[in-house]
Amino acid sequence: MPAPLFWIFALVMLVFGAAVVINRNPVASALSLVVSFLGLSALYLSLDAFFIGIIQVLVYAGAVMVLFLFIIMLLDLRAEERRKINWFAFTGGVLVAGSLLLQIFSVIGSTKIAHDHFPALARARVDDVHNVGLLLFGQYNLPFQVIAVLILVATVGVIVLSKRELP
Amino acid sequence: MVTLGQYLGVSGMLFAIGFAGVLLRRNIIIVFMALELMLNAANLALVAFSRYRLGPDGLPNYNAQVLVFFIITVAAAEVAVGLAIIVALYRARRTTHVEDINALKF
Repeated sequence: MPAPLFWIFALVMLVFGAAVVINRNPVASALSLVVSFLGLSALYLSLDAFFIGIIQVLVYAGAVMVLFLFIIMLLDLRAEERRKINWFAFTGGVLVAGSLLLQIFSVIGSTKIAHDHFPALARARVDDVHNVGLLLFGQYNLPFQVIAVLILVATVGVIVLSKRELP
Repeated sequence: MVTLGQYLGVSGMLFAIGFAGVLLRRNIIIVFMALELMLNAANLALVAFSRYRLGPDGLPNYNAQVLVFFIITVAAAEVAVGLAIIVALYRARRTTHVEDINALKF
C-alpha cells in the first residue's frame, strides 16, 4: 500500500478511536467505533490479509457493533450528565496511559527489525482464504472445535444470564 | 514505503487509546468498547508480524492470521457474555456508572 493511504487510514482509525473515549453519548461512541474498525480493516487489507480484513468488517463492524447498539438502546442510555471529575484519578489515568505509550515507542525504536521494510511476496496474488482454511482444518483443527464449544457455552450462558425469573 | 515499526507504532497508539478509555471513562459500556479497541490493536500487531516474517513459500505466515481469527471469535463470544452481564447488572442496580457499583468497596 502506498504510504499516503497508510497514513490516511491509520489517522481515521486513531481519530475515531479517540472519539470513542471522548464522546459523552454512548451511541456516538459506538458509531465512532464502527468507523475505527473500518479503518483497521483497511490496514489489514494493506498487509495482504484479505480474509482477516473481511471478517473484521463482518464480525466486528457488523455483528458485535449491532449487539452494542442494541444493548445501548435497550438500556436507553442518554448522554451522561456531567459529574464532578476526580482530577486525581484523571491525571493518574492519563499518566499511566502516556507512560505505556512512551514505553511501547521506546521498545519499537530500539528494536532493529522495526526499521525494515516489508519483504516482497513470492507471488503477487495471495490466496489467503485457502491457506488459512487449510491450517484451520488441518493443524489447528482441535482448537477450532474447542472454539465451537466455547461459542456454544457463551450462547447458553447469555440465555441463562438474561432470562427473567418467572413469577 | 511503510516500515514494520510504523504499523507497530500505530498499533501501540490504538492500544494506549483503549487503555486510557478503560482508566478514564466511568460508563461501563464505554469501558467495554475500549477493551475491544485494545484487542484490535493486538490483532494489528499480529497481522503486521505475519506479513513481515514470510513463510518458506514466500507468502505471509498464516499461523498468525489463524491466531487473529481465534482472537476475533473469542472476542465476539466475550462481547455477548459481557453485554448480558451488563444487562443483568442494569436490571439489578438501575445504573451503568461504575462509581455507583460499590457494594464491595472497602
